Amino acid sequence: MTIKSEPFVVNVGPQHPSTHGVFRLRLTLDGEKILDADMVMGYLHRSMEKLAEERTYTQNIPFTDRTDYLAAMTGNLAYVMAVEKLMEIEVPERAQWLRTIMAELQRIASHAMAVGIFANDCGAWQTPVMHMFRDREKILDLFEMACGARLTLNYMRIGGVSKDIPDEWLPQAHRLLKDLPKRFAEYEDLLLNNEIIVARSRGVGVLTADQAMAYSVSGPMLRASGVAWDIRKADPYAAYDKLDFDIAVGTNGDVYDRFVVRLAELRQSLHMLEQALDMMPAGPVHERIGTSTVQPWGQAVAPLAFRPPVGETYARIESPRGELGYYIVSDGGPAPFRFHIRSPSFINLTPLKLMSVGSTVADAIVILGSIDIVVGEVDR
Amino acid sequence: MTTKVTGLEIAHAIEQQFPDAVAEAQPEFAVVKPERLVDVLTWLRDDADHAYKFLSSLTGVDRIEWLEVVYHLESIKHNRATVIKVRSEDRESPSVPSVVPVWAGAQLQEREAYDLLGIRFEGNPDLRRIFLWDGFAGFPLRKDYLNMPGGQMPGLERFPGEPGVPLSGRGTE
Repeated sequence: MTIKSEPFVVNVGPQHPSTHGVFRLRLTLDGEKILDADMVMGYLHRSMEKLAEERTYTQNIPFTDRTDYLAAMTGNLAYVMAVEKLMEIEVPERAQWLRTIMAELQRIASHAMAVGIFANDCGAWQTPVMHMFRDREKILDLFEMACGARLTLNYMRIGGVSKDIPDEWLPQAHRLLKDLPKRFAEYEDLLLNNEIIVARSRGVGVLTADQAMAYSVSGPMLRASGVAWDIRKADPYAAYDKLDFDIAVGTNGDVYDRFVVRLAELRQSLHMLEQALDMMPAGPVHERIGTSTVQPWGQAVAPLAFRPPVGETYARIESPRGELGYYIVSDGGPAPFRFHIRSPSFINLTPLKLMSVGSTVADAIVILGSIDIVVGEVDR
Repeated sequence: MTTKVTGLEIAHAIEQQFPDAVAEAQPEFAVVKPERLVDVLTWLRDDADHAYKFLSSLTGVDRIEWLEVVYHLESIKHNRATVIKVRSEDRESPSVPSVVPVWAGAQLQEREAYDLLGIRFEGNPDLRRIFLWDGFAGFPLRKDYLNMPGGQMPGLERFPGEPGVPLSGRGTE
């Protein structure tokens, strides 16, 4: 005898431990099977794109911290690169290296969080995430030494970075880099062949390479589907063209591969940092532009307001979550005419329905975890 | 390095295949006529010499005289990028064809452009507001948003488009 059941609607979120912020997933279920998945977002919408049209280019830098608040450095970097492109500013060599180093440290911090929280979603309650937080904490300490903040960093400036690193920074960074490989080996032992993680994630939420490209998915998700596309290699910015590293690529495009790609990227970031710390030259960290002021110790400070020429530009970088781009239109005024954030978290959500329809509720939680969204960046 | 295909180059290539599909070509971008948009973009995606299989970004801009949608295309195969635009001069009910049939990744981005700029994408299977709630008055990223009924009126003169202030771009004074 078959039992007929009516579709049943379950709201996952907006307040739910596995939605990674205030994000709502409206699942239509037949028993345990998902018939339809609808995303409801906007709980964290702060209308940054409109606010930015009323503020000067320099005043907009703190907004970029608050989009992807787990990777503020890369948010800063993409925005200042867009404005520099618009104004054709050459950034000093040392500032380029500092940007690269900070972006890679941020990637380790962000991926550590992503992997830890993903293990949480799989059922490894809190232990892996606490291990990951231990390393993230050390990186946040380095950020605090460099710019005084830990989360919303506001470190990059148009034309360079806000200040040079103090003398104690490099020894502490070297100590951290010596520690991390041991830790990563520990995590790989703990998680990579973990029976529960493999059972929960192998063959779940599969995206083929063609689907991933058609759905504009970027970052570790795209690479897990087998597309070797990394903007750091394809279109190098800052000092990435001088570094040697490999692109981590998956084969199956399932949740497990995304997790493995992130773990592999942790190793690659470490490899890059080891090179970058030794290759960084001495010199100024900020270009003098327009009405820059100069501090008594010789450091240039970005002007609060300036007027880029009329035009438009799109600059993108490889943020920990994927292609982070800033599209800026200037009408020659002191504030952007249009300020658009191409946010990877938001666009990576597009195939969520494709991936989750037909699977179970438990899988939907793991799939959402594998996308690694930051709701501040989804809603902006 | 990603090769930036200029608007003039891409416009020339489109002209070869689709005569009179290009409305305007600038060094930064090429403007395509709305009625030929889906044909042109499908060709750019499928043609082996272009292979723009990845829609990097889709967004709208209120240019005051017209509303435009900007497509940043990426060819992973050839490592090239280019910019295509389409315009709608009708501010009351602007509409352009949806590119969801070309790239499924446009789905959420078109919803965002509809929500914040009020551009209707004809053929989008699920065109609803995304960040703001149904019934929200006006489209906030429009330059004349503060004139909308129910719009916020902070009473600050530096806001463009307030009643009595002619609508113009800043920086023109």
